[in-house]
Amino acid sequence: MLNLLKTNRRNFLKITATAGGGLILGFNWSGADASTMGMINASDITGSGPAEAVDFNSYLAISPDNVITIFSPNPELGQNIKTSFPMIVAEELDADWSKVKVVQAALNAKKYERQLTGGSGAIPHSWERLRKAGATARYMLMEAAAKRWGVPSSTLKTNNGMVLNADGTSGLSYGELATEASAIQIPAEVKLKEIKDFKLIGTAVRNVDNPEMITGKPLFGMDFYREGMLFAMIQRPEAFGMKLKSVDSAAAKVMPGIIDIVTFRNNVAVVGKSTWQVNKARKLLKIEYEKEGNIESSSDHDRLFKELLESKEATVRRKDGDVDNAFKTAAKVITREYQCPFLSHSPMEPMNFFAHVRADGVELVGPSQTPEAARTETSKLLGIPPEQITLELTRLGGGFGRRLKTDYVTEAAELSSILKAPVKVIWTREDDMTGGSYRPAVRYRFDAALDTNGKLTGYKLRGVGINVGNATREDNFPSGAVDNLLIDSVEHKSPITTGAWRAPITNFLAFAEQAFLDEVAMAANQDPVKFRLDLLDKAKKSPVGAIKYDIDRMKGVIELAAEKSGWGTKKNLAQGFSVYFSHRTYVAQVAEVEMIKGNPVLQKIYAVADCGIVVNLSGAKQQVRGGVVDGIGHAFFSNLTFKDGAAEQKNFNTYRLIRMKEVPEIDVHFVNNGIDPTGLGEPALPPTGGAVANAIFKATGKRLYNQPFTKQEEMKGVRLGERL
Amino acid sequence: MAHYNLQINGRAYEADVEADTPLLWVLRDNLGLVGTKYGCGIAQCGACTVHVNGAAVRSCTLPVSAAAKSKITTIEGLSANGDHPVQVAWNEVDVAQCGYCQAGQIMSASALLAKNPKPTGAEIDNAMNGNICRCGTYHRIHEAVALASSKLK
Repeated sequence: MLNLLKTNRRNFLKITATAGGGLILGFNWSGADASTMGMINASDITGSGPAEAVDFNSYLAISPDNVITIFSPNPELGQNIKTSFPMIVAEELDADWSKVKVVQAALNAKKYERQLTGGSGAIPHSWERLRKAGATARYMLMEAAAKRWGVPSSTLKTNNGMVLNADGTSGLSYGELATEASAIQIPAEVKLKEIKDFKLIGTAVRNVDNPEMITGKPLFGMDFYREGMLFAMIQRPEAFGMKLKSVDSAAAKVMPGIIDIVTFRNNVAVVGKSTWQVNKARKLLKIEYEKEGNIESSSDHDRLFKELLESKEATVRRKDGDVDNAFKTAAKVITREYQCPFLSHSPMEPMNFFAHVRADGVELVGPSQTPEAARTETSKLLGIPPEQITLELTRLGGGFGRRLKTDYVTEAAELSSILKAPVKVIWTREDDMTGGSYRPAVRYRFDAALDTNGKLTGYKLRGVGINVGNATREDNFPSGAVDNLLIDSVEHKSPITTGAWRAPITNFLAFAEQAFLDEVAMAANQDPVKFRLDLLDKAKKSPVGAIKYDIDRMKGVIELAAEKSGWGTKKNLAQGFSVYFSHRTYVAQVAEVEMIKGNPVLQKIYAVADCGIVVNLSGAKQQVRGGVVDGIGHAFFSNLTFKDGAAEQKNFNTYRLIRMKEVPEIDVHFVNNGIDPTGLGEPALPPTGGAVANAIFKATGKRLYNQPFTKQEEMKGVRLGERL
Repeated sequence: MAHYNLQINGRAYEADVEADTPLLWVLRDNLGLVGTKYGCGIAQCGACTVHVNGAAVRSCTLPVSAAAKSKITTIEGLSANGDHPVQVAWNEVDVAQCGYCQAGQIMSASALLAKNPKPTGAEIDNAMNGNICRCGTYHRIHEAVALASSKLK
């Protein structure tokens, strides 16, 4: 059996021919030294039948029957990475996209780096690696064709999975060439395509999982069933700050289908033969809890926020110039405060994980944004080395940051180790909303000093957060554009578990900042768009301190959003403006509100994004639209409050998510400037609330300072949200 | 425990479950039809939507005992080859992000079009308002329902 293995100097690529012929090109996603190689069975990834286990890192494989297989390592939760990653490889390979097969890779820390979904970081991290992988394979295929034809490879071209001769009269398919290509020396350097020559990147390519999704095939963790597995639900403490005191499980235990009731840590697990049986039995548990830590209510947070805004113990995050003097000498000072509630992540697929702890190792299957951390935590908890733990990734039914936590993985593993049986732990919606992880409430205070000419001379921001460390983003605009600036933060530590929620911090900070700047611009008698552009010009001409955003790119989205929306030219519509830079991407938005029968109705949002090169136009457009919808929904409706340590909203009947009738038209534009791409999973959300609030102000004369908008005094007596 | 004979997707299925077991969990746990999704359990999100005698019904709150004599269709049985006009439109419009809610969306949409093949925009909104999509693909859902409507003969 042919089993070639060559390594180039940079250890970026590895090559192997499969038993059935064909080319497997393994590329090290980290680009670092790949001295430790894993073993993987390639038989299930090529179209050419059984192959022996081969050595490589992650790879693309080309089989003689022309099937191109590309492994996608990152968790797919709706950000479309499973389609866009392979597109980048296929572009440089010049492959026939219809012949590309994408396979979700299991966790493999040796093969993949950054195998996680979060921070909108996958595309910027892997862009160049993916291109090189595709380009290298293309080079080798061309060399193979050149050899066969006895012509210099420089005379050849490729198109749609074929190598063509100089005049295009003869062609060889990649499949035909794959085995010969595997004998070509891997080049140390390879030329990448010119951006203008992209054929696939920038087009609208459909989600690779569409056929399975629209026919109801098992894809998600919830859909994973294993013969003989047990079903479990876990009763966790009803309030944060409480611990388990006693359990009376007698009534639950005798219910049909119940196999065991297991108590571990603060958990009472009901284990049985079906989801419904455990859910039913669980309601018969009699559990007593006792106080373990602070028991907090939302009213405590409201009070604490106000106290901590006056704290002398704030951590200074950025200080430029002489702020005290700027405010002492100001002609006008504007001070405003903004607050948002806790939010639940509420991915549509509730938490779940399958675990089977055996004597020889652990098998984990399910949806995780951070599989490596899940394995590490499982390893620590059970004292089993990570090498003995496998984690297979399913598709994720949403994440929004919730699945960056590993609690729902480790508890399944722990339960399996106690039961000595395969078990799937399923969370109900109520479990997730009451016992999970939240975007914490936060309160901001902004101060602006204006001189007699309406120039912004001083700027202060204090953020009071819960469990977030720094509640500010001190280097964001307008930092760098104001001579005297102070940004600091105060933190309250709460027993309520909190975590990253789509666009952490900025999901509300951007609203507060953009609503505030709108008010400052009005106070300075300036148009909100011009006000921002002038500040950016000032930052360009005479920057104050470090500037960590690209001034020209920010101006670019502002100007394009103003142009596309016809800013300032519409008579019957109130427009609100917002712009924000987060997660490496620039997004400007204009919201349009129309007064209908005395109600401010959100009719349309223009969103302009600069994420550099757009990889998949279909995915990217929806990513922006979805981000805006998310931004509207949570600004308008969602509200999670606590009473005595317990979440008061437990399901979608009281915790409101946005619905179809409440979404306005959303018009998406991309700058598409040829710069290496950045992510889109998060950046479209932060600017939305500000644009909407600013438009509502224009329409009604009422400023919104707190979220959710529908619960605010200012909006009493009007219908807000629904399209009328 | 009771024995139920169920008519699902034109086939006969049998299940031994308790009478109050929601159809959703019978489909998923007992019959292996996992396309129908659990989202909230209280008929608020629509992820579990199936057709019962042609009408869109939330299977998470429908006891199996109440469904035993009905003709049930799940996403798996909407078409033999995934080519129901709604499914075709869903692919063409490239609706899904995470995809978890989409089976329920498709079942709500197909029930609407079976009753009202040429719905207005407002009628689409009304019919689909009970299905939550946390990713926010509502525009594409709306567009796909309209496209499917135009494909109906």
